[in-house]
Amino acid sequence: MNKAYLGIDIGSISTKGVIIDENNNILASSYIWTLADPVNAVKKLLKNLKQDIPKNYTVVSVGTTGSARRLIGIMTGANVIKNEITAHAIGTLSKYKDVKTIFEIGGQDSKIILINDGIVTDYAMNTLCAAGTGAFLSSQAKRLNIDVKDFGKMALNSKNPTKIAARCTVFAESDLVHKAQIGHKKEDIVAGICESVVNNYLNNVAKGKKITPPIVFQGGVSKNIGVVKAFEKITKEKIITDDNGHLMGALGVAILAKKEKEEIFDFDILNLDFETKGYECKKCPNHCEIIAIKKNKKIVDAWGNRCEKGSLI
Amino acid sequence: MENKIISFPHMGDYCYFIKPFLENITNMEVRISPPITKKTIEIGSKYSPDSICLPFKYNLGNYIEALEDGASILFQFGGGCRYGNYAPLQKTILKDLGYNFELYEFIKNGKFSFKHIYETIRKINPELTKGKLLKEIITIFIKIMLFDRSEHYTRKKVAKDNDNFKKIKYKFINDLKDKTNIFKIVHTYFSYMRKYQKVRCKKPKLKIGIIGELFTSMEPFSTFNLEDELKNFDISIKRFTDVSYLLIYKNIFHKITKYRARKYIKYHLGADATENVYRTLKLKRKKYDGIIHTKPFGCTPEVGIMPILSRISNEENIPIMFLSFDTENESVGIKTRLEAFIDMLSMRKEKEIEKRNE
Repeated sequence: MNKAYLGIDIGSISTKGVIIDENNNILASSYIWTLADPVNAVKKLLKNLKQDIPKNYTVVSVGTTGSARRLIGIMTGANVIKNEITAHAIGTLSKYKDVKTIFEIGGQDSKIILINDGIVTDYAMNTLCAAGTGAFLSSQAKRLNIDVKDFGKMALNSKNPTKIAARCTVFAESDLVHKAQIGHKKEDIVAGICESVVNNYLNNVAKGKKITPPIVFQGGVSKNIGVVKAFEKITKEKIITDDNGHLMGALGVAILAKKEKEEIFDFDILNLDFETKGYECKKCPNHCEIIAIKKNKKIVDAWGNRCEKGSLI
Repeated sequence: MENKIISFPHMGDYCYFIKPFLENITNMEVRISPPITKKTIEIGSKYSPDSICLPFKYNLGNYIEALEDGASILFQFGGGCRYGNYAPLQKTILKDLGYNFELYEFIKNGKFSFKHIYETIRKINPELTKGKLLKEIITIFIKIMLFDRSEHYTRKKVAKDNDNFKKIKYKFINDLKDKTNIFKIVHTYFSYMRKYQKVRCKKPKLKIGIIGELFTSMEPFSTFNLEDELKNFDISIKRFTDVSYLLIYKNIFHKITKYRARKYIKYHLGADATENVYRTLKLKRKKYDGIIHTKPFGCTPEVGIMPILSRISNEENIPIMFLSFDTENESVGIKTRLEAFIDMLSMRKEKEIEKRNE
């Protein structure tokens, strides 16, 4: 029996999973929408992966990353639970050994990771504001009545991109409405949005960071060819994108799981009954939000409390 | 005369020392305002101007809770930035809300002045003599200085069980707070330091310096217990900002600080910003692995030094993470960034050790 390792990256918008062998080759992968229900998304993901995994492989270690990493980590009994920045860096380095800069734009966050000599030397992540992320792009696509998938291609048709304020989502949106109303062409506006995402990213997240090639661009937004071209136009560098770009976080955490203690992972958790419950502790005026996770009606973990009063375990 | 109750806003553990100090100089009842909770910051931000800095909102929340609790005399401390203008604005807001109270400032125009404090307290307690006030000020200074020293020690060490330090700390505060005899205070300090030294420690994984705005570095609630989080990762912490620095060391070293950081700054930058530039250089010299810079969202002096710190970070090759805090109540985002920062520092350190061994 050959050993395999499972990595799950569960983000705000999409859930990604990969199974790799000992040489980091991807054996199976799956990419589905989270739909604000991480528990069921992971169940569905595991079902897909179970079908794809070759018969002679057994999963011996599990890693989780992404914003729901802790919840899913407990659910799957993960051996390693890592933040998405480290996971992305490690995943990307396994494929591109001499990468120096990683751009990552996801559903609700965007980050830049700088790498030197194969280690992360600096990173930044957007704070306080979700301007210029995937969520902004998809809401604007809906407003313009375009399928997100065609968004990038449409932007390529534009010869004269409309200038759209890049500072903040709210300003960008009102700017966009205004530009549409005074008669700018749809494809110009679409190209303008792509450029505004890039400008926003470079002015906020990547501010003061030295961008050196090779640059790898990842995250859901990297699938949008319009944004990729806008990046190339503005940074004047070649931007590398990867068909598996969206899987890098999951790949990274699977690689990290390799170093951990091995125990055979059972796909049977599909049949277990998981339930999560969030409530406010009323034992003091702080009202901590407590999350309890139940496996077969029994509390297996709970967090969110700031003192012992709210402890459930 | 009706029975008036004094209260003041929270910052870290200092309330335990301020309470007996105010009691002794005013001969009135002093009540510590209810501990900071999410409710405090909720009501604080409800009645504050939206774009005001975070400490203002916390202070205002404390005041409202204290007033509801029966307080009728409030104290504000004041400092060198917008902090110096908190008192008049808070007074207006609270009066508009219909509360009946008096508000006094301890520090006027950002300067600590004995005369000003004496005149202020005389308004409340006409029996106060200069000698008495001087004695009380010296006592509280010594208490705070010794307490801060013990805190420096525990921050630097990583205990095998983190609760051990905390348990001793609260006993220490309890023993120390009501002591008036200076010899006894010093004695208490040394006996507790021996207790601290007996706590079993392990080797810290990393060394991180915390710099930044004073309130967010001193009030753990405002940064989701940043220091405790770091301690859970076995990290030794150095933090310069504490009350003894603000009251004593800052005034002594302020001018030299600018000179020491002359490569990067030409003028003073307001509040603790000049110091923070110097501290960055110092932490690098002392071979710290990384720096965390905390500030309330929109803190002008600290925002002003961010580009300078970025430049130092590039030139001196020391990672700095900038964290802004506001009234949000979800700590997950901070935790993710912190975890990634620590991962990065550990990887850098491993690489350095590898290089050295080659």
